[in-house]
Amino acid sequence: MPNPSAPRQNGKQLDPQIRKKNFEEVAQIFTQEEALAEAERCLNCKNPRCQANCPVGVQIPAFIALLKEGKVGQAVAKIMETSLLPAICGRVCPQEKHCEGNCVLREKFGAVNIGMLERYTADTARKEGLLQPPVCASATGKKVACIGSGPSSIAAAAELARAGHTVTVFEALHAFGGVLRYGIPSFRLPREVIDREIETVKSMGVTFKTDVLIGATEKVADLLKDFDAVYIGSGAGLPTLLGIPGESAVGVYSANEFLTRVNLMQAYKFPQTDTPIQIGKHVVVFGGGNSAMDAARCAMRLGPQSVTVAYRRSAAEMPARAAEVAHAKEEGVAFDYLITPKEILQDESGRVKGIKCTRNELGTPDAKGRRRPVEIPGSDFVLPADTIIVAIGQRPNPIIAKTTPELKTTERGVLELDEQGKTSLPGVYAGGDIIRGGATVLLAMKDGIEAAHRINAYLKEGK
Amino acid sequence: MEENTILTKQILNSAVVKFVIYKPLIARSARAGQFVILRGREGGERVPVTLVDWDKEEGTITVIIQSIGKSTSLFNSLNQGDKFLNVAGPLGTPVEIKECGTVAVVGGGVGIAEVYPIARALKEAGNRVIAVLGARTKELLILEKEMTALCDKTVCATDDGSYGLKGMVTDAIEQLHNGGEKINVGFIIGPIPMMKFTARLMDKLGMTPYASLNPIMLDGTGMCGCCRVTVEGKVRFACVEGPMFPARTIDFDELIRRTSEYKPLEKQSLQAFEKEHVCKCGLH
Repeated sequence: MPNPSAPRQNGKQLDPQIRKKNFEEVAQIFTQEEALAEAERCLNCKNPRCQANCPVGVQIPAFIALLKEGKVGQAVAKIMETSLLPAICGRVCPQEKHCEGNCVLREKFGAVNIGMLERYTADTARKEGLLQPPVCASATGKKVACIGSGPSSIAAAAELARAGHTVTVFEALHAFGGVLRYGIPSFRLPREVIDREIETVKSMGVTFKTDVLIGATEKVADLLKDFDAVYIGSGAGLPTLLGIPGESAVGVYSANEFLTRVNLMQAYKFPQTDTPIQIGKHVVVFGGGNSAMDAARCAMRLGPQSVTVAYRRSAAEMPARAAEVAHAKEEGVAFDYLITPKEILQDESGRVKGIKCTRNELGTPDAKGRRRPVEIPGSDFVLPADTIIVAIGQRPNPIIAKTTPELKTTERGVLELDEQGKTSLPGVYAGGDIIRGGATVLLAMKDGIEAAHRINAYLKEGK
Repeated sequence: MEENTILTKQILNSAVVKFVIYKPLIARSARAGQFVILRGREGGERVPVTLVDWDKEEGTITVIIQSIGKSTSLFNSLNQGDKFLNVAGPLGTPVEIKECGTVAVVGGGVGIAEVYPIARALKEAGNRVIAVLGARTKELLILEKEMTALCDKTVCATDDGSYGLKGMVTDAIEQLHNGGEKINVGFIIGPIPMMKFTARLMDKLGMTPYASLNPIMLDGTGMCGCCRVTVEGKVRFACVEGPMFPARTIDFDELIRRTSEYKPLEKQSLQAFEKEHVCKCGLH
């Protein structure tokens, strides 16, 4: 019998005082007891709202039921019927917005911890050798190119391979995973997890190539000569800066630069690795999203005296996952709200020494319903800082649009799709942050999977 | 033949090495003014290096590297038959080559190699090209023969007077100007102070200077913004919008500050490398 009123299992986390000095994974995998106890809480609803609200349609009650019976291999296979990257999803999906946010138990007893159960299932099945790559359909003889190796592109590549197409993934950098590798830190998503999930996709016959920047090394038009269809999942690789005086002072990082140094280049291991990073005594991170939390928590691990997240609205409007904010606070990150930076102050040598800011109050709601920050006149003050990280969002990398004039883009630089999810160029599909501008890993994966289905239909029917 | 393999290695002087690397995809689309990103080992940096030459038929690219820090020292210790771990490109916006009469290409140190493909493209476009080459001393002056063969006129300057004019490239440019040469446009590549003063002089003499900037880069694809430079008061990303910019309004002092950010750490890294690295490169 299900046991919904039993306390929600939250698993264990590394001690904040220890983890803030290393890059080990914070959330520890469920023990078998924890996993079974949590699985018992699931009511196995007839019309599962969790599943209906999962961007990638994971059959949640079904996999939990298999897990309860101790059938870990079958449970992971059930997840992988719709989502081929369970160990990643289980870790980085904002479950509170999707499955767990819609669990019937949420109000009364607390939602089933679906994220941790998914992760447990994926990790355990992998460890016990029970995770099998899905069987691919017989070869169609069609070739598809996927641009980028981030979540959107690898989700598309895996689905396309499953349908029997010959798939090649082109990555501009030297390592695969896109934002999973350069953006998300190892304490949230260990590098081995990315490696293993990509191995699964490789084992399905997908070819992965590094060092190919589409738009520079080869153009989309070149790909269309060799491939029957192209999926663009090149992401949001263009940082937004503050646009205030002093922004090029020494010690000002975009979140992309800071996170790329730490995560992709592993600058925290310098001088064992060769890419350095400079951390000051007082770090200020501007922004309130997940990148801001990742940057703040990475900064904390590099050993400054203080790290402060400065956000222009109040805590209630912060877009970051609640768990990330909580983890950041446990690790000693301070939060200062209702702040707008006006000018970065420099010392004689051009190094950052502080930021001139103003205080805000909340005004009327904007189009998304979030209350706008309004500056309070005469509230200027100086926030001392010697390292500044700007984490106020990204825009699509323009390189493909610039070198492919046939592709229509909007004012914000995102690729335009028609109702069928096609770009303005026949045979070319797109998804993830290149069409969204800056969203989540899960929505990127959803786009990749949906585009793969459309490409399947296109290759079958030739339209 | 495997991609990224070094086909030939040629030692040009005590710190500078020329590599011909097998990389057909880049050779196919490279243009003057573009660069590649190299990595030599796992855990290694991504280092931007200007494309000096390329051969579509052979599928090769040529780079000339000066060992300055750990990564470049490691690169220059590679030998024929070895492979670079990663070679990505061609990156950056090619230099716009137009017919503009008499053009000066100004190279300082290893910058001579970097300005060479631009000189060639300018010649092909029908310009009269004057090469102004500078180095600290004769031994460090590279590609003089190639430049002399290519350009309509070649002037050399060394700081110590061991070859050509004793002085800086700026002295050579002034001399050309005073001698009646009507230079319309200049393309400058070299150390930042050299580019700064050359650009300033050219502007004063009524020439239009362009300079190829070498800020610190990470991905080289426009993703991180590390390479931002200020031109005409605007923030520009050198990796995608450059590296060549109109030089009159470049904030060179900011570039010097930003490229100095990691000097102490780079020094530490190089010292550790030199301590454990038994040199096989033939340079030491």
